[in-house]
This record gives sequence, C-alpha cells and structure tokens, in this order.
Amino acid sequence: MCLAIPIRVDALLPDAMARVTLNGVSRLVSVALLEDVAVGDYVIIHVGYALARLDPEEAAQTLALMRAAGLSSFPGGQDVLQ
Amino acid sequence: MTEYRDGHLARALAETLAREADPHRDYRIMEFCGGHTHAIARYGIEDLLPRNVRMVHGPGCPICVLPVGRIEDAIRLAGQPGITLCTYADLMRVPTPDGGSLLRARAAGADIRMVYSTHDALQIAETEPERRIVFLAVGFETTTPPTALAILHSKERNIFNFSILCNHVLTPPAIRAILDNQDVAIDGLVGPAHVSTVIGTSPYEDIAARFSKPVVVTGFEPLDVLQGIVMLVRQMNAGRCVVENQYRRAVIRGGNLLAQRAIADVFEIRESFAWRGLCEIPYSALRLNDRHAAFDAERRYGITTLPAADNPACACGDVLRGVRKPTDCRLFGTVCSPETPIGSCMVSPEGACAAHWTYKRFRDRTPPGARDR
Repeated sequence: MCLAIPIRVDALLPDAMARVTLNGVSRLVSVALLEDVAVGDYVIIHVGYALARLDPEEAAQTLALMRAAGLSSFPGGQDVLQ
Repeated sequence: MTEYRDGHLARALAETLAREADPHRDYRIMEFCGGHTHAIARYGIEDLLPRNVRMVHGPGCPICVLPVGRIEDAIRLAGQPGITLCTYADLMRVPTPDGGSLLRARAAGADIRMVYSTHDALQIAETEPERRIVFLAVGFETTTPPTALAILHSKERNIFNFSILCNHVLTPPAIRAILDNQDVAIDGLVGPAHVSTVIGTSPYEDIAARFSKPVVVTGFEPLDVLQGIVMLVRQMNAGRCVVENQYRRAVIRGGNLLAQRAIADVFEIRESFAWRGLCEIPYSALRLNDRHAAFDAERRYGITTLPAADNPACACGDVLRGVRKPTDCRLFGTVCSPETPIGSCMVSPEGACAAHWTYKRFRDRTPPGARDR
C-alpha cells in the first residue's frame, strides 16, 4: 500500500482532479491535497491522491550527491555528502 | 526514475559503504516502512552491503500491523443486510484465525468491493443511495488524508449513506514503541518516505534525540536506499544522532500542511490502539472526532472489537518487532506462502515475509560465505 509512484500531470480538471497517464493507461486522480499544481508537474500519487510534488532541482541535486558519494570510493574522487 | 536505479552507481555507493563501514563494529539498521522492505528485497540491496551492516525489518506495513479482530469486525459488518463494504485490495486476503477472510466472506455472498481510492467508495455511495457504504479505512499517514477528504466531501454533499471503519495509525508512536522495546537492538532508522511527505521530518527529531538513534528519511528507489544507508553509517561513525533527509525531492521538514489540516479537521487521537505484534500502543491511532460522528461506522453500528489471538505457530508478531526474521518462522514457505498466507506479513507485497518469499527465498540457498564481500 505504500508503493506510491511519481507521475506527470497531463491535464487539470474541475473539482481539483487531474488526468495522469501511467504505462499508457489514463486515470483521474485528486490534486486537492496540493496547492498550485500545473500541467507537467511530477507528483507522487498514492491511493488516487497526489501527496507531494517532486522538486526537479532537488532531484538533480540528489543524483549529483549520489554520483559524488560513488566517486569518493575511487582515488581522487570528491565527497560532497559529508 | 531509472536514474535512481543505475547499477554502476549502486556498485560505486556499495564501494563507498564498504570503505567507510568500520569492520570492528556492527551497524543494525531498521527500515520502518514496508515500502523499503519491498525495495530492499526486490533490488537485492542486502547483497551490496558489507557483512556488518545489517537491515532489520520494521512494522511499517499497515496491513501487517492491523489486529485480526478488526478484520473480523469488518467481516461481521459486511454480513449485515444493506451494507456494502469497500476497501483496498491488500486487505481482502488477510486470514482470520478460523480461516476466514474478506475474500471468503464475499464468496459467501457479502457485498464487499475493492476500490482504488476513497473517491471510488464515495461514488458508490452517491450512485447507490439505497445501500449503506462502509469504507474499511486502514493505513499510516499516507492514506489518512484521502480518507479525511472523503469525509469532508460526504459532509459537504450530504452523502449520509457513507461511513468509515477507521483503523488509521500513526508512525512516530510506533517508532517510539519499537525503540522502547529492549528486545530490539538497532543503531539507526531508515525513515519512511511517503509518510514523511505528509508529516515532514520534524516529528522524528525528538525520537533521534531521546533514543540517541540517527534517522534518515529515505526514498524508495534502490539508490535512495543505498544513499540513506551511507548517510546513517556516516552519522554512526561520527557519533551523531540527528534527522537527515535523503528524499529532499519530495519531503520537506514541515510536511504537507493541507494534508495535515484535513487530518486535524476530521480525526482525533485514540487513547490506545492494539497493533499486531506490538500490543497496545498509547496515542498511536486515530478515530473520527465528534463533529464527524455521523460518518463513524464504529458508533453507527455499535462495533466493539473483540481481542482475537493470532495463530500460535505464526511468528508475524516477532517479525514485525524486528526480533525474528521471516525464515525463523516454521510456517514460512511450508504452509504459509503468498498464495496461502497464514500470517499478515505474507499478504501484502510490502510484508516482510511476502517480500522475502518473492525476491529472496532462492538467495537463502547460496552457500554461506559466497555472498561475503
């Protein structure tokens, strides 16, 4: 039940609903728990409701930190997680 | 999303862990959330860890921790004429001690329907006004806001043939109960990802300080989990015990305020609630407040939960507390499997036993030492 998934908002509809597509299947979900959702946002959907919006800058930064932490295992790698 | 599953990067992070983990000490890390248990099993993360970094499964699967007496309540309720019971699919197969389940009750004629969301349950109530719709509500703080919104909507639209049987539980009191338990030896916690989108990271701060355990809120992708473990090992090496947030792309310290407001509007905290495997935990669950009593199936149908004993041979209780592994249970893989579950941990894909059966049972056959780094 906790296996929520990030998914892109395709269209905004009345009553705080939105249309999303997952693996080619179109579904309606509620975005009533988030403020100012826009088409193109990635949101985390859980039991039909968007719980959080994914922050693209933070997502890129997390990947950069992972790469840096991975690099640190090699000589000359820089560790920025610390 | 695939970027967070990059195999080369996973191996590089594993190298970092191997280099940084002190070989003279043990790192026992509990993943509280069933979503992490599932990810760890599915992606073989334990195979990437040094021998002295060990994962302990926690009680964070809402299906697993629901006491069986509450399932029996739902089955009895669904047997009443005019009632339609709606619930999430995971609950349908949870077995009761006498061999029953919601699935069997449905086969015997009860009107029990699987829904994808509370929205669907509410729609059934609207389109079938002659039926009394009861939503069997279960889950941690992730499923609670959708239930709260359903109640608020039904009140707004005067849909009074809708009510909920509330089993929503709270993560922080359960973590405290685990850490209070002297049987469970853990050094740090992988904090839940999606629960934290709702409650934020701040509720763990007093837990980290009071119990002197580091907590890292971590996403569900394999690289997220590995990075969370690196962050925990680093805290332990430095003797620090604070809350860190690995899942910054979705979680902020204060959480989702709209969701928190919806929960506060509709629910109040129960004085005590029984958890499977953890017994009664004070202030660990929610019920509808007096303003929303009309939507409370417990009050409407006079439900008093009877304590029901689990199968005495089943080790789910110990597995949920992190004191035994699934393979320590003599029912595991013999009479208990995902097709014929005896205990709750074998039902949901996030249950420790189901995750082990699905992804790791062949790993057990690897000769000892072959997996050692």
